[in-house]
Amino acid sequence: MMKTIAEINEKIRQGKAVVVNAEEVIDLVKEKGVKHAAQHVDVVTTGTFGPMCSSGIYFNTGHSKPRIKLGGGRVYLNDVLAYPGLAAVDVFFGANALPDDDPRNRVHPGDFNYGGGHVIEELVAGKDIRMTATAYGTDCYPRKRLETWLNIKDLNEAVLFNIRNAYQNYNVAVNLSDKTIYTYMGVLKPRLGNANYCSAGQLSPLLNDPHYRTIGIGTRIFLGGGIGYVAWQGTQHNPNVLRTEAGVPKRSAGTLAVIGDLKQMSPRWLVGASMYGYGVTLTVGVGVPIPILDEEILRSTAVTDEEIYGAVIDYSDAYPNQKPDIVGEVNYAQLKSGTVKLQGKKVPTSSLSSYSRAVEIAEVLKDWIKRGEFLLTEAVAPLPGVESGVAFKPLPERPLEI
Amino acid sequence: MAVSKRVVLHFPKRLVEQPVIYHLVKDYNLEFNILRASITAEPEEEGLLVLQLKGEQDEYDKGVKFLLKSGVKIQSLSQDVTRNEARCTHCGACVTICPPGAFELDLKTRQVRFNDEKCVACGLCIKTCPPRAMEVHF
Ligand code: SF4
Ligand code: SF4
Repeated sequence: MMKTIAEINEKIRQGKAVVVNAEEVIDLVKEKGVKHAAQHVDVVTTGTFGPMCSSGIYFNTGHSKPRIKLGGGRVYLNDVLAYPGLAAVDVFFGANALPDDDPRNRVHPGDFNYGGGHVIEELVAGKDIRMTATAYGTDCYPRKRLETWLNIKDLNEAVLFNIRNAYQNYNVAVNLSDKTIYTYMGVLKPRLGNANYCSAGQLSPLLNDPHYRTIGIGTRIFLGGGIGYVAWQGTQHNPNVLRTEAGVPKRSAGTLAVIGDLKQMSPRWLVGASMYGYGVTLTVGVGVPIPILDEEILRSTAVTDEEIYGAVIDYSDAYPNQKPDIVGEVNYAQLKSGTVKLQGKKVPTSSLSSYSRAVEIAEVLKDWIKRGEFLLTEAVAPLPGVESGVAFKPLPERPLEI
Repeated sequence: MAVSKRVVLHFPKRLVEQPVIYHLVKDYNLEFNILRASITAEPEEEGLLVLQLKGEQDEYDKGVKFLLKSGVKIQSLSQDVTRNEARCTHCGACVTICPPGAFELDLKTRQVRFNDEKCVACGLCIKTCPPRAMEVHF
C-alpha cells in the first residue's frame, strides 16, 4: 500500500480524509493492526506545547518622518532589548531578552518577571508596545531618537522565527546535590527531590516521525495558533544519537527551525514564561501533520510513551560541566505516572510542557484538515538524517592570546 | 462539634505587640498551628499570621468575635492563593513543588487540579509557575 501526498490532499479537499491524532492512532493500531490502520488513516496529527527558548520575532515598522536608521543603534520594546543589526527599520527580537535594569540573578534566584517572551505575547494579543530607539543619524536617515507605540496591526511584516523548537526527545532533569537549584528545567529539589521532563512523548511531532521521512523543509504546520512552515533543521539538530530498535531517539535528537506569520497567531499558543532563577522564555504551540504514505510511517506514529526513553541528567553537575554521565533512563509512561524510580528512590515528576494543550493542538490541526482548510505539503528538502553525518559538537574553545 | 479552620489574620500595627493570640488560645480553648507568619519592622506595615485553629465550634465562633473586636482582620485561607485559570497551561511544574501537595495531575484529562483547601499559603508555587498563574492576595 502506498499513498501520495497529492492523493491525500485530494481527499482533504473533498472532505473525505481520515484524520486521527497521535494518541488515537495507538488504540486504532491495537484494535485493527498496522496494515488495516495504514489503509484507513490518511493523516496523523501531533502537537507539543512547552517553553522553547530559541524563539523570536522580526518585524518591519515602516519608515518614520524624518527617517531613522535603527541598524547600528539601540532599540527597546517595553524596555526589553531588541536586536537592531539589520537595515533601517527591521528589528529582530528574542524571547530570552531582558530589560537592562532587570536585576537578573544578582539576588539569586532572580524572579525574571518580564522579558522578551512576555513582550511577544502582548504584541500577539494586540496590545500596544512601547518602542524607544536611538540611532547615530546619517544624511539620508537624519533622525536620532524615536519613541512611539507599536501595534501588530500597523507593522508591515511581523514574523515568528524560532531557530530551535520541537526537540525530538529531551533530558529528564534531576538534582543530586544538597541544595535546591533553579534551572531552565524548573526548580529542582535537592537529593533527587523531583524529576522534571519536557516532552509531549507519544504526541510530540518528531518522535512520531523518527527518521524525518515526512517532516522536512517546507512542511506546513500549526504554529502559535496560526499556520507556519518548517524553515530548516533547528540549531543543535543531532540525528545521530542512541536510538531504540524501532529508531526512536533515546537522547535529545532532531530539532526544527520554524517560521510563520505572527499576525495570524494567538496569545493562547504563545505564552510568555518566567523560569525562576533562570530567565524568561516563550511557551510555543507547535503541531505537525504526518501523511500516512505507507505502513512504516503509520507504525512510527503509533509509538507509545512506554517505547520512548529519556536520559535522566544531574543538573547540579553533569549538565553544567558537560559531563557525559547519566543517572538512568526512564520512559514517558513512567514519567507521566507521577513518580519514577531512580537510584532506588521513588522520585515525583513534574512536566514543563503541557500534555493537555498538546492534545488540543493535535485536535485543532485535525479539525483544520477535516474541514479542508489545511492541505499537506511535500517537503522541499529533507532534514539531515542519521546517515548525514550531522552532529552537535561542543565548542572547541581556543583561549585568546594576550 | 469540633472544627479545624485555616485563617489569615491581619494585625494592624497597634496590635502587633499585644498578646492577642495568647488570649485567643487560652480564653477560648483553641489549639493552633502556625502555617506562616510575617511581622515586619516597618512601622507602617501590618503583621500577618496564617493559622490553623482547632477547637469546639462555639468556642471558635467566640474566638473569632474576640479577634474582630480587637481589630484583627480575618480571611479564610483558601481565598488567598488562587489560580488564574486563564493563564494556567496545565503544564505541571507546580506539582512537585507544593509542600502539602495541593496540585494533582488528573491522569485522565492530563490537567492539573488545584485543591485550594490543602494550600497553606507558603508561596512556593508563585515563582515556580512559568506563566505565573498562581496569585497571592493578602
Ligand atoms: S505550574 Fe502554573 S501553569 Fe503549570 S500547571 Fe501549575 S499553575 Fe498551571
Ligand atoms: S502557596 Fe504553597 S501550599 Fe499553597 S498551593 Fe502554592 S505551593 Fe502549595
